[in-house]
Amino acid sequence: MSQIETFYDVMRKQGITRRSFMKYCSLTASALGLGPAFVPKIAHAMETKQRTPVIWVNGLECTCCSESFIRGAHPLAKDVVLSMISLDYSHVLMAAAGHAAEAAFEEAIAEHKGNYILAVEGNPPLNEDGMFCINAGKPFVEQLRHAAEGAKAVIAWGACASYGCVQAAKPNPTQATPIHKVITDKPIIRIPGCPPIAEVMTGVITYMLTFDRLPELDRQGRPAMFYGQRIHDKCYRRPHFDAGQFVEQWDDEYARKGYCLYKVGCKGPTTYNACSTVRWNEGTSFPIQSGHGCIGCSEDGFWDQGSFYNRVTDITQFGVEANADQVGMAAAGVVGGGVAIHAAVSALKSAQKKTQTQVSENEEA
Amino acid sequence: MVVQTPNGFTLDDSGQRIVVDPVTRIEGHMRCEVNVDENNMITNAVSTGTMWRGLEVILKGRDPRDAWAFTERICGVCTGTHALTSVRAVEDALGIEIPENANSIRNIMQLNLQIHDHIVHFYHLHALDWVNPVNALRADPKATSELQQAVSPSHPLSSPGYFRDVQNRLKAFVESGQLGIFKNGYWDNPAYLLPPEADLMATTHYLEALDLQKDIAKIHTIFGGKNPHPNWLVGGVPCPINVHSTGAVGAINMERLNMVSSIIDKCIEFNKNVYIPDVIAIGGFYKNWLYGGGLSSQACLAYGDIPEHANNFEADQLYLPRGAITNGDLSTVHEVDVRDPEQIQEFVDHSWYEYGEPGRGLHPWDGVTEPRFELGPNFEGTKTNIQKIDEAAKYSWIKAPRWRGNAMEVGPLARYVVGYASGHEEITDQVTGLLRTMDLPVDALFSTLGRTAARALEGEYCGRLQKYFFDKLVANINAGDESTANVAKWEPSTWPKSAKGVGMTEAPRGALGHWVHIADERIENYQCVVPTTWNGSPRDSQGNIGAFEAALMNTKMERPEEPVEILRTLHSFDPCLACSTHVMSPDGEELTSVKVR
Repeated sequence: MSQIETFYDVMRKQGITRRSFMKYCSLTASALGLGPAFVPKIAHAMETKQRTPVIWVNGLECTCCSESFIRGAHPLAKDVVLSMISLDYSHVLMAAAGHAAEAAFEEAIAEHKGNYILAVEGNPPLNEDGMFCINAGKPFVEQLRHAAEGAKAVIAWGACASYGCVQAAKPNPTQATPIHKVITDKPIIRIPGCPPIAEVMTGVITYMLTFDRLPELDRQGRPAMFYGQRIHDKCYRRPHFDAGQFVEQWDDEYARKGYCLYKVGCKGPTTYNACSTVRWNEGTSFPIQSGHGCIGCSEDGFWDQGSFYNRVTDITQFGVEANADQVGMAAAGVVGGGVAIHAAVSALKSAQKKTQTQVSENEEA
Repeated sequence: MVVQTPNGFTLDDSGQRIVVDPVTRIEGHMRCEVNVDENNMITNAVSTGTMWRGLEVILKGRDPRDAWAFTERICGVCTGTHALTSVRAVEDALGIEIPENANSIRNIMQLNLQIHDHIVHFYHLHALDWVNPVNALRADPKATSELQQAVSPSHPLSSPGYFRDVQNRLKAFVESGQLGIFKNGYWDNPAYLLPPEADLMATTHYLEALDLQKDIAKIHTIFGGKNPHPNWLVGGVPCPINVHSTGAVGAINMERLNMVSSIIDKCIEFNKNVYIPDVIAIGGFYKNWLYGGGLSSQACLAYGDIPEHANNFEADQLYLPRGAITNGDLSTVHEVDVRDPEQIQEFVDHSWYEYGEPGRGLHPWDGVTEPRFELGPNFEGTKTNIQKIDEAAKYSWIKAPRWRGNAMEVGPLARYVVGYASGHEEITDQVTGLLRTMDLPVDALFSTLGRTAARALEGEYCGRLQKYFFDKLVANINAGDESTANVAKWEPSTWPKSAKGVGMTEAPRGALGHWVHIADERIENYQCVVPTTWNGSPRDSQGNIGAFEAALMNTKMERPEEPVEILRTLHSFDPCLACSTHVMSPDGEELTSVKVR
């Protein structure tokens, strides 16, 4: 057992003192919204745990989730792969191919039955008997079902596995199907986004390793800690929205001043994700900060909600435009601004609820 | 049976059949079958794209200003390049001219992708074909340090202690018994030739590169908000510039530019101190392994990219070269016109699509495709459990594009062959320099390792170009131009009733083109012909084999059951299968009812 390299070992090897390690544990605890009582538990887990086996399969997708995963900064991708998990099967990174890869896949399933995490990137197409995505001569959906049988838990990486994403956009010619329709007897954690943020991906995995349980999920199966709030709720440009200061056209004076992108199509008001807080690529920026509206890539069916440049009013049952203009007018007139803002927020909330209800109804159908 | 292909290969499928499925460390899904003779020499090669997503069907009827986001999702590895190709195609169709700053920023982003992708490809997708991390455990850290200092005196991470730490970490990893991504690798195969010290050095750089690539990608994040899949804009770039006045913090400002500049410098350093020296060092041990040339000495195609000025795609205005080489004649570089219906055509005789008549080739603007998944009479297995492909019939989800009837290789080596043949100064300097350093003749270029080396050289060249365009951007801002988008034709009401356009780029994997037809403010037809469609193409109606297949031919395998050599050569192309498999139904009919006959 002494040979097992734990997360703690890794940190010590990188010159981190015991004291800093404990500080890291308490920062992790607070980042995850946990009290100080959890700090020793986190420390204990990181000092002693073996690496959890992860089987990562790929269906119809573009590999942006794997690419995002390796962009992870804290923890670094190399530390995740070398010291936190045992990535026993991954098309993208594994040395073996063909029969040797298939053998690694079967061995991992047999050895770790009931203990491995199945991570799914992409989704299975069901048309043409599944042969729009072939693995080892067989439909990918067979590999997916087989891997799911012995999994402790299933992670649906990204919009493809969670909702279908671009290949499932109308008319969905291959019948690309989100994985929860194929795997019906396992807990599935959805980490939507195209792709998801690297640190959200690793954050979910480290949470599961640290606490040995699934994160709290919302109604759609997403971790509440990262998907509990809209981008708009925490957007640093929100004060401009509230003040009625909008970009009217690309590269106009207001764009250069960093005003709100709502009028050029930003989907931040209807998108649940951590972009405006965690941000992207080690906190470097996120779409809105770089001048383009959010395209809503972590929402179900975002490809089929009209142009990315339409205001969110155009989304089915969404009625906020009048309120936003009211906000602008009210801000100009000072009086009544607060009331109008409140109205706008309420409208957003109810509209979002409707959209989500509708989505889940569609899913049932 | 022995067959002579028109492009000069002798195929013999009589020997033992080897199947590799899945081919790993690539983007997407791919299968490869080869026959080997009694000397374990490959005598027949069959490359099968095993996925299809139908993105072009999905694009039909959409707002062309949105197309970049859809097509960007063709590939998350070469992220951004499809988006750039798409906005270029739409701008070409609608006659939209972009500002100079937008051209510079787009170039910086595209070059950034090249640099990022080449490094990730070499270290994380390709290196394990040459480097044995298990063997690295036997290395002497002190000797490794000496090796490092000999091959790259300027690289700061070179002490014996540094290599000892990495080795200890690897040791703990291997001894844990949980081998993870290294499990079932071919570590006993005699095809691995590096001494333990070179294995340790290269494995260490695998980890260094993994750390670095997350930083390289930040240039996309600064200009496009995220990576993978940054945001783009028809008419320019979405990020405004404001370096002087109030609100600068909401735009590309001095702090952002400084960050871009420091990442550019970091890339240049890494390519100079690590990537190129590694390719030379590793390549030095494999100097006699000169398989895998395939079509590279015969037929190469490049569209060119990185325009000096906005809106000017003339061949002599591009930093990455344009041109075609055919019949192995390097003295003639043909002009390439992607609009000419006679030049680029796609064939589907051996692809799982149907044109209605055999032997037909169609230019992308006239692209017609209906999927038809059917396996030939000599396949083995069942429809949903294929044991052996029948390559005499349809056998791939990839179409077969041809340039004036020729199967072509695209990608870094093709660009460098075209550049070398046309006397491109920087490229010629790099190539001759490398060959001199390694004491190799020009012919050595036409090989798997030549492909791998060309990619490294290109990464280095792109680093210099990136710095050039950064300086150009700053100079232009300093001259008072902060414009980043042209919105004169943003509103669809300003568009012609019908318009056709084409966009081209050089993606990391090769020549990429998007052809769009816009009618009544919507996408009427959209076609992508992507690098892996060229390289991974199946046979065409004439029997010409594609670049993957050609490159595998006549390769000696040490152990046929361990496909190290196959992986080496396929990986040297950096296959991207999600890119290569696409289709468009011309009349938008429901394709979901297509059934196997």
